[in-house]
Amino acid sequence: MKFIRNLTIGQYIHKESTIHRLDPRIKILITLFIIITIFLINTWVGFLVVGIYLFSGIALSKVNPKYVLLGLRPLLFLIILTLLIHFFTTQGEVILKIWILSITKEGLIRGFFIATRLFLLIIATSWLTLTTSPIGLTDGIERLLSIFKSIKVPAHEIAMMMTIALRFIPTLMEETEKIIKAQVARGADFDSGNIINRIKNMIPIIIPLFINAFHRADELAIAMEARCYRGGNGRTHYRTLSIKRNDKLFFIISFLVIILAFVFGKY
Amino acid sequence: MIIFDNVSYLYHNNKDNNLFSLKNINIDIHNGDFIAVIGANGSGKSTFAKHINGLLLPQEGDVIVNNMNTKDTDKIWEIRKKVGMVFQNPDNQLVATTIEDDIAFGLENVGIDESEMKERVEWALDLVGMLEMRNCEPHLLSGGQKQKVVIAGALAMHTSYLVLDEPTSMLDPKGRREILDTIKKLNRDEKITIIYITHFMSEAAEFNKIIVLKRGEIALTGTPQKIFLQSDEQLKQLNLELPPTTMLARMLSQKGIKIPPNILNKEEMVEKLCLLI
Amino acid sequence: MLINLKNVSYTYNLNMPFETDALKSINLKIKRGEFVGIIGHTGCGKTTLLQMFNGLLEPTEGKVFIDGVDIHQNKAKLKEIRKIVGLTFQYPENQLFEETVFKEIAFGPKNTGIKDINQLERRVRKAMKMVEMDYSMYKDKSPFSLSGGEMRRVAIASILAIEPDVIILDEPTASLDPQNRKKLLKLIKDLHISFQKTIILVSHNMEVVAELSQRIIVMENGRIVMDDTPKAIFRDNVERLETIGLSLPQITYIMHKLKTMGRPVDSGVLTLEEAESEIINLINKRR
Repeated sequence: MKFIRNLTIGQYIHKESTIHRLDPRIKILITLFIIITIFLINTWVGFLVVGIYLFSGIALSKVNPKYVLLGLRPLLFLIILTLLIHFFTTQGEVILKIWILSITKEGLIRGFFIATRLFLLIIATSWLTLTTSPIGLTDGIERLLSIFKSIKVPAHEIAMMMTIALRFIPTLMEETEKIIKAQVARGADFDSGNIINRIKNMIPIIIPLFINAFHRADELAIAMEARCYRGGNGRTHYRTLSIKRNDKLFFIISFLVIILAFVFGKY
Repeated sequence: MIIFDNVSYLYHNNKDNNLFSLKNINIDIHNGDFIAVIGANGSGKSTFAKHINGLLLPQEGDVIVNNMNTKDTDKIWEIRKKVGMVFQNPDNQLVATTIEDDIAFGLENVGIDESEMKERVEWALDLVGMLEMRNCEPHLLSGGQKQKVVIAGALAMHTSYLVLDEPTSMLDPKGRREILDTIKKLNRDEKITIIYITHFMSEAAEFNKIIVLKRGEIALTGTPQKIFLQSDEQLKQLNLELPPTTMLARMLSQKGIKIPPNILNKEEMVEKLCLLI
Repeated sequence: MLINLKNVSYTYNLNMPFETDALKSINLKIKRGEFVGIIGHTGCGKTTLLQMFNGLLEPTEGKVFIDGVDIHQNKAKLKEIRKIVGLTFQYPENQLFEETVFKEIAFGPKNTGIKDINQLERRVRKAMKMVEMDYSMYKDKSPFSLSGGEMRRVAIASILAIEPDVIILDEPTASLDPQNRKKLLKLIKDLHISFQKTIILVSHNMEVVAELSQRIIVMENGRIVMDDTPKAIFRDNVERLETIGLSLPQITYIMHKLKTMGRPVDSGVLTLEEAESEIINLINKRR
């Protein structure tokens, strides 16, 4: 339980850097464009351009690169799977034969290519979440979405939901741990049995957890009403966002990089 | 001033047995009061508390806060600015990802200007002694600290009345002391009216006036000293348990020892006993 | 010796950035039938210690013996422990999940190997009787339709139905109103005296701990700093307790204050009756 208490919400690492101080709206927008770019370009040089850009950003942010690699860990499985699938299923010049499976030269190239694309995508999103606080993210998303208020996008409600979700993740994780321990103390066994049994054994965890979450939601709603919450109308913002010189500079530089990536990135 | 004018309230699922959660409640709460509301489970304490800020509306009678009726939909938000509420579970009242932003939540809701917000947030945090922790995330705080943040959130709204519904029930002794000391200070220095709901006589003994609820009705009101003078039978009827110190005083005075049977706290007891031994 | 902790230490997040020492070199023996109270400031390691007794946590150093057996020897031993040592955490009603009270209380015994429906029923009936809940009235009710006090009793019954020899309770009366609290404390007393269970109780309430325990263990920063009878602990260690952040039972505090003011009282007084007779004696002596 102590372990979870010490984790900060999300991946955010607080540092005093130019990147950290950038307006979150700009960061979100640029990250979106970079992601689209990564999907659309299809040359190694293009990838290199984006790669240099992203890693310079990380260096500027003063965040220890090991955190970026930590962010890769959960998806490492996906990357390796992608590699292997492409190795073994692409037609072409066979280089290696293992049992009934054969690795082709085209497969190798294609595999690494797609894996690199995945890698860059993960780095791009990690970069955003490592350097932007949860409030920054939700504020930024709310402001960006409110542009679409005229077509009834509930920008405030979405942001409110995200904030509350982020706030309660550590709390609910702690709760889950407590529930698991209480059930184990009653002899529950979560380790043994086949897949079907293991899923059934989750019921004593899932039901109390859901009920707990609903109780919290109920009490929270009452507390919010007592604090005059009535939806997004008429609300002001504690944290003001303003576009400064650095933001404009960052925007221009990023766009130039994107253009460059497309120039080298499409054939 | 808060006026309960012949208020009655019925929970909807009690239609059959006609059990009122609140029945003919008539009480005035004046500015600067420091009141405890005590009663057994089901006596209507929480229901009473929720009527003060209009979370519940009476089926009969009216609740008037600063000349505004809680039934008035135009005025309810004004009322909720004036009446701040602290609930039992410290976790389920904090909404934002940092303390600072949580205090600002209420201010954002009522459209306070950005320039004024910062000042109010700092002032409120300072009053409860949590200013250095402004950037902390809620789940890293102790129970007592969380409740102080909730109190600060109400203070930032420039609340005049603070209603606390069993706020220490989930706290350890240290947290309980923190909260009691904080509200005493707020009542004394900022003249905030405190209405404190509790189960425990030892807590209620620290207040200027106690309202005892029984089955939805006001059974007794008075200073702690007056309540403590009730007979054993009367106390049992009201489901009240004397704190150990007062119990001892009662036992001694029943044996003829010259000690007032309604001693409130340990210090007073020591003082009185020193005169005898 | 029923429970024997030998040099037990526990570190959360060993070798990771947020490493925390929760328990340091705990040596502790608990005999069958004892009623042990554990007190300490929040964060001193009480809850971690409790989890050592039923093997929920494995010590990072040291060993845990129950009835002479090293419980972490293998997985099978650990499963056996759950039959002997029952543990309820704070707010045990948070673990309720079944459709009926019967199923909820039967969950524990089922997990510990009881399959025969008659035996299960016997266990559930017995457990419900212990917590004073009428079998026929409550057995088919949904646990979620009950009041807070009732839910707690169901949660405790669900541990009692396993019929463990040792019952560990972590703040069992947390958030309960005075009436329900009284009932629960009476049950705990009964468990010790009538049902002869070994009881380990963690509580912040000094009056309760002083009244019910035969032995009190005081913890501070992961270590056991005092281990004695309630009288001895509260009579001779006031300053130390205060530095740790613990208070005395109200009555003991009063007697102690009188003593520091020069009055010849025995400050090892824990109950109202003892205080009453002590004070009356002294007043008579003065006359």
